[in-house]
Formats: sequence, structure tokens, C-alpha cells
Amino acid sequence: MSNKDTFFNAMQSRGVSRRDFLKFCTVTAATMGLSASAVAQVVEAMETKTRIPVLWIHGLECTCCSESFIRSGHPLATDVVLSMISLDYDDTLMAAAGHQAEACLDEIIEKYKGNYIVAVEGNPPLNEDGMYCIIGGKPFTHQLHKAAEHAKAVIAWGSCASSGCVQAAKPNPTQATPVHKVILDKPVIRVPGCPPIADVMTGVLTYMLTFDRLPELDSQRRPKMFYSQRIHDKCYRRPHFDAGQFVESWDDEGARKGYCLYKMGCKGPTTYNACSTVGWNDGVSFPIQSGHGCIGCSEDDFWDKQPFYERLSNVEIPQFGVEANADKIGMAAAGVVGVGIAAHAVASAVKHSSAKSTTKEDKGE
Amino acid sequence: MAYQNTTLEPVYVYEVPVRLWHWINAFSILVLCITGYLIGSPPPSIGGEATYAFLMGYIRFFHFAAGYIFAVGMIFRVYWGLVGNHHAREIFLPPFWSFTWWKGMIYHVGWYFFMVKESKKYLGHNPLALFAMFIFVLLSFFMLFTGFALYAEGMGMDSWQYALFGWVIPYLGQSQDVHTWHHLGMWAIIVFVMIHVYIAIREDIMSRQTLISTMINGHRTFKDTREN
Repeated sequence: MSNKDTFFNAMQSRGVSRRDFLKFCTVTAATMGLSASAVAQVVEAMETKTRIPVLWIHGLECTCCSESFIRSGHPLATDVVLSMISLDYDDTLMAAAGHQAEACLDEIIEKYKGNYIVAVEGNPPLNEDGMYCIIGGKPFTHQLHKAAEHAKAVIAWGSCASSGCVQAAKPNPTQATPVHKVILDKPVIRVPGCPPIADVMTGVLTYMLTFDRLPELDSQRRPKMFYSQRIHDKCYRRPHFDAGQFVESWDDEGARKGYCLYKMGCKGPTTYNACSTVGWNDGVSFPIQSGHGCIGCSEDDFWDKQPFYERLSNVEIPQFGVEANADKIGMAAAGVVGVGIAAHAVASAVKHSSAKSTTKEDKGE
Repeated sequence: MAYQNTTLEPVYVYEVPVRLWHWINAFSILVLCITGYLIGSPPPSIGGEATYAFLMGYIRFFHFAAGYIFAVGMIFRVYWGLVGNHHAREIFLPPFWSFTWWKGMIYHVGWYFFMVKESKKYLGHNPLALFAMFIFVLLSFFMLFTGFALYAEGMGMDSWQYALFGWVIPYLGQSQDVHTWHHLGMWAIIVFVMIHVYIAIREDIMSRQTLISTMINGHRTFKDTREN
């Protein structure tokens, strides 16, 4: 793969007309939430800028991020992989394997020092010196540090890389650790989700190519353009929530009418993601649209916020081995205190009346 | 500190703003608890067209409105703590450094366990009550911070609420954690209110000074002039 090629050159060599190229740029600008005037900027970037070398490395993960990524509709994943970026290392997609593949990694790091991007799918397990994830005979942490050392920026794909996901759920035996807690000296962009939405992934890459800088991030390093609002804020079922119309069980009338899934444990109100606006599979649907609540997969430690099907999360009372939600704990506490008050009131009344009679006796009445 | 009265004349303790705040606060907490519980566990689903119903919308509106009243009241109360009389100040800074204060607290624990015969007389709060009020103040700020952080989520990342309280969410984990904490905080306040109301009634009957009427007319009246 030649890396000096621009995106437009690469597209032309694949037989794409200029007209289609401009259409592509317009759609891409729209996906990133840019105004029509910004299309020219996208076009210019695609025509003049060299494609970004990307090293896509895999730690502890399930490859669902890659699965999601290759289904991107706007822009098409093929356009991104074959034309926009120069995907120089990705052990699941690349043709080379074994020593050849690892040699390729070293070569890119050497050749493009400080100019390439590291995309991390999955996370490094730190326990037992990283022995729970071995790449090319060495712990994944080594590869991560090696790749990140000369990188321009690091993208943490998915919940594994950005918050740990299922392998970091309690008790986290392998000590799986999100990327931003391991790579401390490079800008890390977190793109959470299990997996993240395909168009969000390609959108982040396109933004970086177009503007040659990182997208605007929020306080938790997530791109604002996709993660600044909760699913609930833009949910098409929101009017049912405001009206007080809820699905009470999976097979009731409310479920058929598409009422709000709040009572079924939907985590839309606490989850920052773009599902309710961008949708999945080229905008066809997203979990709530197909009748199932959001499980909050793009939120930190979402596996530990069980149950998925109840509104209130369980609170673990350590040393006691009991899990109950806030209401159960609160009601139990209020009940105990209530009984205590009642008992105390009775005891006080007895004491008070006996004290009174004693005073009366003292006075000789 | 324990107070030795010489007459049975009422002493002016709680100024008008303090009493007003107490009752407005009590009312806002009542509204906040009811609406807050209903936000966590909404009433049964209603039928009809969503266009014509706004039940959760109204419940949330009253929660937010009462929250603002609670917040403004709290800010005002802190201000009054600075400019009001010294009884207005004590709930924000109990004398943790005072040995007699701790001794008084132990004495009052004994009083509630029926181990001492008589309560001591205080012009303001007795040490145990003061400690409880201090916990309540901390709890109130906790509810304000977590509450406004959750409110900021709806107002968006450009809002002043987010600028001031947005940091609370990653600090406590994620949004769902803040919900859980806010919920637990509500139950802590409910438990406080239960004990507070019970003790106020009990002390009014069994202690040597007035309590309930003091929070209404501001005057503390002692029932005897004997020594503490």
C-alpha cells in the first residue's frame, strides 16, 4: 500500500468518478454534523491530504468492534479502509500473518514516527505481567506501548478499550485495564460502545483526516459530536415517557404500542451514545426501536450495573453478601427506624407516666 | 453549651428567616421525596394518546421546581448563617473541638437510652441534635450536587448546571451510579425526617424546654429553673 496517495487518488484508481466523489464528501460531511459550507473543506482534505497510516491492534476483545466497523454505511467501510486511511496493520483483516505481520508493524512505526494513529480494540490485562493476552509471543501490553510510543494519537475503540467492558467486570481476574489508564502520554480518544456504532467509528476517522486534528472531546474524552447526549434525550419513544406510558411486561398492550421501556430497565436515560439518532446497520434500527431496552453498553462498567431489566441498579453491600436496589435498602432502613421509633415511643410514654406519678406521690397527692 | 436559665421568660432563639426556611425546606423535601420516588418507580402506565398526557413531565417538573426552591433556600440559609444570630450559625459548624460538647453528646445518648433521668437545657440545639443537623446539612449538599448533576445531563453540556456540577458524574462513576446515590440519599433524608419529627415531639413533651412552638414563634421557653 502506498501511503503518499491522497484519498481522491486512491478512489480514482478504483474507478470512482469525480461526481461520485463529491457526493461521498457531502454525505460524509453530513454524518459528521457539519454544515453544507464545510463540504468544500472535506473535498479539499480528501484531495490534498495524504492518507493517515493506521495501526489497528487487538487486545482482550471479541472483535465486535471490527465487525461493526466493516458494516459502516456512511462512509462505506471499504472506502475508509481502502482509500481514506492506510490500514497498515490489523491482524484480523490483513493478509500477512506471523512474523511478516509483526515486521510490518515495526516498519510502519519506524517509517511514520509521530504521524500514525494507533487504533486499539480491546484492552491490556495487566495481571501476571500481561500473560492473559499474548500477541506474537509477547504480552499485548508490550505491543500497545511499542505502538503508542511514537503515535500521533490513540483511538480506544469500544467499551473494552475505553472502560474495560466484560473482562473488567467484577472481580476482573485478569486486571483488564482501559487504554487511557495505561497510555498516559498520548492523546487518547474514547469511542465507547459494545460495539461502537459503525458510522461513529468511521465518522471519527473521517473527522481526523479532514481537519487534521482530534474531534472535540468531552470531559471524559469522548467525541462530543456523537456522545454529548443521552439515548433518552433523542429517543423516538420519549413522548411516551413524558406522558407516563410504559411497557409493564414484555407482552402487554404497551409493548405492542411501542411505549417507553423505562420500567423494563432501559438504560437510555443514563447512556451517552448516538444510537437514537444515527441508528445501526445503515440507520435501519437500534435496540429500543426493536422493542428491547438499552443496556447502557457505552457507559463505564455497565456490566456491574445489573440487572439489565430493572430501573434501579443493585447495590452491593460488601462483607454482607447481599445485593439489593436503593429502594429496598432505603425501605428496610426506614422500616427498622420506624419500628425503633415506635418501641422508643412506648418506652418513653411508660417512663413519662411513671415519672409523673412519682412526682405526684412526692407531692403527696 | 448547656444553658442555665433564671426565669421562665421565653428567650428569642430562631429569627424569622430561619423559621421560614425551616418550613419551606420541609415542604420542598416532602415534594422532592414524593416526586423523586415516582421518577424512580413511575405510577402505572396510562392509556390514550401521548399527545394529551404529560404525567411524567409534570412529576419531573415539580421535582425540578422543588429542587430549585431547596437549592435557593440552602444558599439563603448559608448566607443567614453568616449574618444571622449565633443560633443560625451552629448547624454549619458544630464545635468538634470542644470537650464539653462531646461530653454533652454522650449525656444525650444516655438520655435516649433511658440511662439518665433528665435532659439538660440548651438554648439552641443540644450536642446530639446539633450533630444530627450537621449530618443533615451535609446530606442536603450531597443531594444538591448529585441532583443538579443529573439535571445538567438533561440541560446539556453547554449549560451552567453542567459547568458547575457535570464533574460529579465521572467522579461517582457514571450516570446510573449517580442515580443510585441520589436515591440512597433520599432514603437517608427520609430516615432523618422520621427521627427528627419523633424526637421533636418527644422532646417537646419530655424535655425541660419547648421545641415545636420554638420553630413556630421563635421563642424558647423553659419548663423549670432548676440547675442542669
